[in-house]
Amino acid sequence: MNKRATPGSVTLTHLQRLESESIHIMREVISESEKPVMLYSVGKDSAVMLHLARKAFFPGTPPFPLLHVDTTWKFRAMYAMRDEMVKSSGMQLIVHQNPDAVARGINPFDHGSLHTDLWKTEGLKQALTQFGFDAAFGGARRDEEKSRAKERIFSFRSASHRWDPKNQRPELWNIYNARKVKGESIRVFPLSNWTELDIWQYIHLESIPIVPLYFAAPRPTVERDGLLLMVDDDRFRLRAGGSGEIPAQRSIRFRTLGCYPLTGALESSATTVPKIIQEMLLTTTSERQGRAIDHDQGASMEQKKQAGYF
Amino acid sequence: MTGAPAHASYKSDDLAAEDIDAYLIRHQHKSLLRFITCGSVDDGKSTLIGRLLYDSKMIFDDQLAALAADSKRIGTQGQNIDFALLVDGLAAEREQGITIDVAYRFFATDKRKFIVADTPGHEQYTRNMVTGASTADLAIILIDARKGVLTQTRRHSYLAHLLGIKSLVLAVNKMDLVDYAQSRFDAIVAEYRVFADSIGIRDFLAMPISSLAGDNITSASGNTRWYLGPSLMTHLESVEIDRAGSQSRPFRMPVQWVNRPNLDFRGFAGLISEGLIRPGDAVRVLPSGRTSKVSRIVTMGADLQAAVAGQSVTITLADGGLKGRRIGLQPRRCARRD
Repeated sequence: MNKRATPGSVTLTHLQRLESESIHIMREVISESEKPVMLYSVGKDSAVMLHLARKAFFPGTPPFPLLHVDTTWKFRAMYAMRDEMVKSSGMQLIVHQNPDAVARGINPFDHGSLHTDLWKTEGLKQALTQFGFDAAFGGARRDEEKSRAKERIFSFRSASHRWDPKNQRPELWNIYNARKVKGESIRVFPLSNWTELDIWQYIHLESIPIVPLYFAAPRPTVERDGLLLMVDDDRFRLRAGGSGEIPAQRSIRFRTLGCYPLTGALESSATTVPKIIQEMLLTTTSERQGRAIDHDQGASMEQKKQAGYF
Repeated sequence: MTGAPAHASYKSDDLAAEDIDAYLIRHQHKSLLRFITCGSVDDGKSTLIGRLLYDSKMIFDDQLAALAADSKRIGTQGQNIDFALLVDGLAAEREQGITIDVAYRFFATDKRKFIVADTPGHEQYTRNMVTGASTADLAIILIDARKGVLTQTRRHSYLAHLLGIKSLVLAVNKMDLVDYAQSRFDAIVAEYRVFADSIGIRDFLAMPISSLAGDNITSASGNTRWYLGPSLMTHLESVEIDRAGSQSRPFRMPVQWVNRPNLDFRGFAGLISEGLIRPGDAVRVLPSGRTSKVSRIVTMGADLQAAVAGQSVTITLADGGLKGRRIGLQPRRCARRD
């Protein structure tokens, strides 16, 4: 009998429980899949996911590469952060740009939803097929969007990368079934049960580095179609004519990060993580409102997911 | 449908506005309760969750605008807001007006954080209800006051009990449609109690509610003065969650993965399922049956002096012999403390 075995019970905080759950999920994938990869989009959720991976496999390096499905239209600060994180984690980075989209010069100004379809959805499918990855970690959370709220932590995709929301497997307790039919692959979401507030709080507590664009600073912006867009480089096409656009300096920050011509900013003065959290708690709009991609129609995210989008 | 009542403000806006650091410290130490809503089709599971989210101000303006538009287009509540559309996230669900798969939603009050799983009532989707139930600490079994205990009510109760959910709430819903009649409520509770006894459910809390009208959801309703128990939210905020129990049992940890970054390190990685472990404790490694001593509990921040059930850790063993020799220790086997 161990004399020390009966101290007062320890209550884990919800963040400790979430952290342990995510680490457990990642280790499970590593022991159950042949060729895993981690989707790395450079955003705050990716930052937390990468941090958790480093914890899960410490003192080793996470035994899988990072995959950045690049659209060539991300903010410059995102590319800088990506390269920095790759260096400090010691992990391998695979950057995939859909060659078809490169050849056709697909861009968010001329091509509308084709931009997301080709660069992100098709690009992701190409990369997964080309490298033969059978399990891919993604940083999506269930609180983000209502079709995500329905998705399992281990989410299966057909050989053509389709999600069938009406035919999801049972997923009981913390026992994950990673068995695949030949050709199937798994998307795994270790952050499923985290909320936006949890992510920020964890970034704060663990001092996780994030892209500076999340903090408010004066940046060149234009207002367009109800979104406040940042003019990040000279590819941004300013509208000329009577109501011509002239970039104005505004103190802004971003709640989510994607392709810069499609990502709306908030006017803000929050320069620290607690101030960001404070603004978030007092806001009246959801996180995805700043993303042009979700507003097409009620079920648009589900349709994109069915087609293979993360 | 009227808006949220003025008192229904669980989100601590004031503290967040005045002192964000104090808010964060408080929030960091909130406990987490996971629960499900279950019961038969159309007993109001999704509506109840929509109501909880709405009253706890977890619905943003842009989501509310989309909800209002959807309610008019495909809702089942006429010109009023159809809360079920908040959780029925799949296109097929919204078109057919039914819940097919479990949806997870998140909200918080001053006291707790909640993850709620809204489960499908239809018989053919019962397997999806089981997925939601498996991670729940508490189940709310909804009953339509007009219909009483149905086959699917029994089926879900049985499954919730089978999966080990200890706390059950019997929420007799749509009380507004039976004129808040105590006799109707009492009859349903009596019928349910007979059934619960027969399958070994020892205890449950019964309450009369109306998700649509908001009775007994966040505060005691004037329409049911004969009911003296807590409101649903008061109960969810205060019900005890038994997690400490698993810490007092003997140490058990299934090894998920052996961490061997170099020749000098061999760590056994896993999620502690029961008990507590400290460096120096003796453990038995299964299936070989060999015993060894815990040398370190390794995490990225610093080594831990103790770890408990629910924590993901990497443990190294003191027995140098284990390092050099192949001992057949494979992932998925158990390390157990003697």
